[in-house]
Parts: sequence; structure tokens; C-alpha cells
Amino acid sequence: MSEVSRRKLFAGLAMVPVMGAIAASGDDHPATPHKFAPSLPGREVMRQRYFPNLELVTSEGKEVKFYDDLLKDKIVVLNLMYANCEGVCPTITSNLKVVQKYLREQIKHDIFIYSLTLKPEEDTPARLKEYAKMHHITDKNWTFLTGKPENVEFLRHKLGFADPNLEIDKDKSKHSGMLRYGNEPMSIWGTCQGSGEPEWIAQEIGFAVPREFKVHPQVNE
Amino acid sequence: MYFNANGEKVSRARWKEMYDAFKNRQEIVKAGLDRRELLKMGLLTSAGMLVAKNGLSSRAFADSWGSGSCYSGTSGCGTCASPYTTPWVMNMPIPAVKQPIAVSALTGPAPTIAPNNAINPATGIAYEGRTRAHQTPIGSNSNLPFPATKVYQVSQQVANVNMSNDLPLQRLWTYDGVSPGLTYVAHYGEPVMIRNYNNLPATNGGFGINSVSTHLHNGHTPSESDGYPCDYFAAGQYYDQYYPNQLAGFLSDHISTNGDPNEALGTLWFHDHREGYTAQNVYKGLVGHYLLFNNNDTGDETTGFHLPSFPNYDIPMMFADRCFDAKTGDLVFDTFNTDGILGDKFMVNGVIQPVLHVSPRRYRFRWINTGPSRFMQLYLTDLNNPTASQPFWQISNDGNLLPHPIQVPAVALGVAERSDVIIDFSQYSGKTIYIENRLIQPNGQGGPSGNVSGGGQGFLMLKIIVDQPTVADNSVAPSANTSYYTLPSVSAAPRVTRNFNFDQGRNGQWTINGGLFSCTTARFTVQQNSLEQWNFSNGWGWSHPIHVHMEEHQVIQGAPGLYGSSSDDSSNYSKWGSQYCWSGCNSSGETGVNLSRKDTVRLVPRSNASIKMRFRDWMGRYVMHCHNVIHEDHAMMLRFDIAATGDTNSNP
Repeated sequence: MSEVSRRKLFAGLAMVPVMGAIAASGDDHPATPHKFAPSLPGREVMRQRYFPNLELVTSEGKEVKFYDDLLKDKIVVLNLMYANCEGVCPTITSNLKVVQKYLREQIKHDIFIYSLTLKPEEDTPARLKEYAKMHHITDKNWTFLTGKPENVEFLRHKLGFADPNLEIDKDKSKHSGMLRYGNEPMSIWGTCQGSGEPEWIAQEIGFAVPREFKVHPQVNE
Repeated sequence: MYFNANGEKVSRARWKEMYDAFKNRQEIVKAGLDRRELLKMGLLTSAGMLVAKNGLSSRAFADSWGSGSCYSGTSGCGTCASPYTTPWVMNMPIPAVKQPIAVSALTGPAPTIAPNNAINPATGIAYEGRTRAHQTPIGSNSNLPFPATKVYQVSQQVANVNMSNDLPLQRLWTYDGVSPGLTYVAHYGEPVMIRNYNNLPATNGGFGINSVSTHLHNGHTPSESDGYPCDYFAAGQYYDQYYPNQLAGFLSDHISTNGDPNEALGTLWFHDHREGYTAQNVYKGLVGHYLLFNNNDTGDETTGFHLPSFPNYDIPMMFADRCFDAKTGDLVFDTFNTDGILGDKFMVNGVIQPVLHVSPRRYRFRWINTGPSRFMQLYLTDLNNPTASQPFWQISNDGNLLPHPIQVPAVALGVAERSDVIIDFSQYSGKTIYIENRLIQPNGQGGPSGNVSGGGQGFLMLKIIVDQPTVADNSVAPSANTSYYTLPSVSAAPRVTRNFNFDQGRNGQWTINGGLFSCTTARFTVQQNSLEQWNFSNGWGWSHPIHVHMEEHQVIQGAPGLYGSSSDDSSNYSKWGSQYCWSGCNSSGETGVNLSRKDTVRLVPRSNASIKMRFRDWMGRYVMHCHNVIHEDHAMMLRFDIAATGDTNSNP
């Protein structure tokens, strides 16, 4: 076991609830004071914790890196979908179309929407392209993504789109209807509900947008 | 497909091994093995650490969220794994009392009834972020002078705060540079106005938004000053909040007595309530105490109800859990966990496992669970005799004094619930007593298992050393069964009964009656000064502490009592509330501490509860929501309005 993973392991074990009583005995002081690494900027904290630079493929067949090409320096919205989904996906896709229209009208800055398939085995780039066409999605700032199944699955977990109930998690029709949105350089990240009213979703995404990019900023923002 | 902690693909056999490790750990925890047994089994080093055995790794199953990387194997980033901190080194901070200032000393323009939306040349944006005028009759009623009897100014600002000597200083967001913020000491009949400045920075260290709305929790507050989640204001702006400090009914059904004296509130707290970011901003430090005294609860033990004197013997305590990054030692938030998050470091008033020195006499402690997601059940523990029951006296529920003191073995607190207690330390003279949370909660889904650990095997939160000089105690013994307030009758027929179902109904999105929160949509309208009954029902597997703004309520059915098996029952559950149970529980025993005025009711899985309340004196926008702030931020909240004419929507 490497030194690093050993240290991680010890740190992990220190929280076992039985330690409450042990800690009280006061004899478990570490041999040396902990040496901490310097603090990281907010965006770097977020990148390391949640945004692996995995390779994905767009509906145009273009290979992209998740962090470098899709998130870095951008304001973004992320959701899950798959082409033959008949549950929550059509609602969210049609909501996002209206949301994007609002954002175009209200925000003087590019906001990128990324829709990641949950079924990369089935959803080839061509199939995603067909899906976009079927929904009349032509905006260049909206990208449908697929990729190697392990990359997609890893990303799904990283972004917290896994259900804690493994039975529910297995059932793709019950996938998360949450949208993640964020301002990467400012490390403002939030979650809103893809089934909500489109105008309200657009307002929420606007929480991550600085005032100077808003066409009609409110008096309190 | 199976993954390990680092997201690498592993074989099914390896995954099984990891899963077994996780289960083994749970078994140990469940068995409550003590130090000696663990040592004997070779599972514990003499330094007190569990040995690094593959079969025990907490993070074999899911990555831990203090580690700098995050992989949600089960829920969020998995189990927190903060760096080591030495307990019982730092003293428990007691925030100083916030001092009023002259109106002329306020920074910026003089206060106005209408929002001052004139452009501040220094910032280029409006001076004030308020969007609605202080409502009538503020400024036109002798009880509601404007600006106010007392005026304060608070600055929300970043500060370097020491939470443990073993951790680096934390860049917290604070009220006035400390977290919890300075304590407001208010008195009934003395309205206050607080000029609330947002001086928070744009750089956030990874979480938090510098757009805020400050809610006075349990305040009987006009809507525009309530801290409604969508009444946020920007960095560089102020927001003048007017807290009337008037008894409920003072403009309606109890005009002649200036409100109902039996509805006095006592222990309130304020915290950020910014729509979509409440959890992040509260986690970052935006909390504080607000105490409300009157001619009965005077803060002076020689007068009124003779409760221990403030501030020497009347001490507010905020309990919370947090997680820290193992590499940098910095506070970390689990941003994409929408289920609920648990930390492994326990703070009281902002310091991890602090010490309090007391005199051998009676003290009043005001306990507040500030979350974000953990439920607690607090006991007093003598580690030299950890299984012995150490009863004490509960005198309030959610900060509102009970009809009379009730002796209890413990206090259960969902997030945002509060309890004032009286502990007589004369019986512990020279001893050391701990406040211990014994409630077992496996994950942040707001689901305590319902079980409690044995004495000394839970989480020790505060060490209390009874080593201070013996001093006079003029407070009255709670055993004398002093009467506090009579419960106002809510037996009248409600104008409307509304039903609310709390669930995760739509693809992981938290809902109330299947609906999602929106700032702009009021789901129903309450008729001002009317009595309503709300019936709550809860889905499977999750707990939700439900908080209603504007007025306190009485739980008329379904209030949960203490968690725990019958082994710590002394056949007296009826004295302090019905026993916790998973299903089929007939919680009809609304007695003891549940005969009270509350603002937050705990819904356990598959449970029902009914509350009744009047919405008096004020109008406008309010919210009802789950106070697991993670659920709240992800739409388990609804807006309701109070207006002259209400609707009768029974399933809004």
C-alpha cells in the first residue's frame, strides 16, 4: 500500500462512531502535528473533487475533454438523458429549449447546455444527432454527449447523479431529473429541478451569472 | 460494472470484498464494541486508531469526501474523513452580545419605510436590496415606531476563524467576523431594526454565494423582513430588517393585552436562507443567536420565572457537524449531494469538541441543532459511569417555554429544532460531564436509524468541567414545577385543513404534493388571522424536519418523541412524547414536551403529523419547507401567502 493511500485509510478510519469514547480517553494524539497542503482556489477545489478531464464524444462525433473543453472558463448547465427515454426526459428537453430561449434574451454571455446520455451503448453520436434534430435543437451552445460507458458512468457518479437506493439507481427510467448549473471560474455551483417551470429554471441558472452579464438586472442582484 | 474508490474498474470479486469491508465496519459500530474488545481483537492500535485492515476500510466501498476527490458510490461523496483533531483543547466560545447604535451612526442613508433603491455611487447599484416597503402599520402604530426602539448594524463578511488548533484557520462567512455571530438580546415591546450589510467577497473557496437573505427563525416577522428566500440582496447592498418583538395577536385577537402573553417566544436564531444556496451559506458560517426576553423570562434569576441569569448562567449552544479536507484541512462541502450531508467533526458554537468550565449550580442551556442534515439526540454522560442515566429538565420546545419543566433522559433535535434545558451541576461538583449525541445516523438522507448507541459510545460534543467556584444560585429548582405559559387553545375548527405529502416524487427531485419550489408561485393563500390545520405525511425511508415560517404551531397528532429502543425506556415515554417507531405507530400520546408551541416538526419515515396554527398580524410571502437544508435547496419548499382573503385549497 502506498504511503498516500495508507494516510487516506487512517484518516478514513478515524471517524468510526465507536471512536467517540476512545477520543475521550485522550491518549490518541497523533505523533506529529498534521502538515497541511496550502489551500486551493475555489475552482481548483471543485475541479479536483468533481470534474475529471474524461474524454467524451459529441453528437457531431467530435472528441472532447470534459473539463478542458466543456467546463473551463464557462457558465454551463448539465443534465442526463437518453434518446429513447419516455419518462422525465422529454419534459426536461422541452423545458431546456424554453430555458435556452430565456437565457439568450436575458443573459449577455454564452451559457452552454450539456446533455449526457445514460445509455452510451445505444446512444451513438448519430443517434444523439437524430434526437436533437427530432426536438429541433439547433443552438450551437447545446451539446449532446456520449462516450465510453465507463467514462459516462464515472461522470454520472462524480456529478452526484447516482441514487443512494441501488434498486432505483439501476432503473434508468428513474434517473435524476436535477440540473447542475455553474459558473466555473467563480466556482458557483447549484442544482435546480429539470421538471420545474422553464422561466423559473432560467432565473435559477441566472443565480450563477454576474450582474454585468444580465440584460435587465434586478434591483437586488 | 464495478468501481473502487478511485473510480477504477474492478472485478466483481474485489467489489464484493469492498462491500464486505463496509458491512464489517457497520457490524462493529452496531455491536458497539468497546476499546478493550477492539484491542483484544487486534483491530485497534494503542494509539486509538482502528488498524488499516482491508476488511475495515470505510472508504473501500465509496470514496470519502474529505479526500479531495469525490465519487458518489452510495450517496454524495460517501463517508466524511476529516483530519485528526484533538478534542477538549479549546474553550467553547460564547458569542458576545450585539450592541445597538444610534440611527445617526448607521452607514449610508437614513432608514426609509419604502426600500431605498437609489443608486449608491460607490457601487453603481441600489443602496438597499429590499424590494417591498415595511408593511402597515409599521411607523404608524405606537407599538411599531420607525426606525425602531433599538437600531443595529451588522456586517456579513469573510473572516479567518479557528475551529480547532489542529486545523488551519478557516475562511468562514460570518456576521461581524465571528460564527456564530454576535448574540442579539431583544425584549418584548422593543422593536429593533437591523441594517444588514452584505460585505461578502466574490471568491468563495469552492462553495457559497455572496447573495444572501437573513431569516430570523421563529420570528413573528412581517414578510419583507422575514428573510424570505427570494428576498436576497447583493454584495455592497444593505437590507433594513424590522423585527417588531411583539406578541402574536397584538394587531388581531389580543389587541387589549398587546398580544397573547402565553405565546412568548424565547430562543430564536438567525441564519442565511438564500434560495438554492441556504445549505452552502449556512455551512460556511452564517448563523447566530437571537434571544427574546420579557417580564416573565427576564434573564434575571431574582425576578419573573427565576430562570438562571443571562449571560453567566444562561448559555446558548449551537450544535453542528462539518467535514474537512484531509489534505488541506479546509472546510469542504459536498456540492452535488442532494440527499443530505454528514460531517465527522462536531462543533459547539463553532469550535470542534470544546470545553466549558462551570460552577456547581443550575444553568440554562439553549440547545440548537443547526445541521445541515444530522439529527441528534443529546444526553449527559459521565464517562466514569457511562451507562447511568443523567436526567435533566427540559423547559422549552423549539425555544418556546413549556407549560412547566419536564424531567427528561435526553432531548431529540431534528435540524433547526431547539430545546432549552436546565442542568443542576451542584450534583456534579468536581466532576466532568459530557454532552453526547447518541443518535445513530448512517447517512445524510435525514434518516437516523432510530437506534441510539450506548452511553459513552456516541459522539461526545462538549466537555463540561464543574471546577469553578461555588456561587449563589437564586434560580428556582425545576422540580418545584413552576408554571410557565398556558398553551393557547387550538381546539376551534380550522378555517381550512390542508394536506401535504413530502416525497422524492419526480426523478430524485424533492417535492411537496408533487410540486417544486418557485419564488414566483404561491401555492396557496392563508386568510390572515385565521386558524388552519395542516396534515403532513411522509414517504418511505427519509426523515424531514418541517418548518413553517411566521407563527409557531401546536402538534395535535403524530409528534415523534425520543429515538431509541425500549431498553432506555423507563415506561415513561408518555411523559415526554410518543416513542419512535418505523411504521404503524399510533402517536396519539401528545403529552410531555410535545404539549408545546413549536416551529419545526420532525417527520420520521412513513409517518404522519398534524399541526394547527393561526397566521396573525402580518401579511405577505412566507415559506414552509424541509429544514434538512439540502432538501430545502432542492425544492422541498413551498411559498404561501397571507392575505385578507384566503383560499380553501386542501391539497395545494
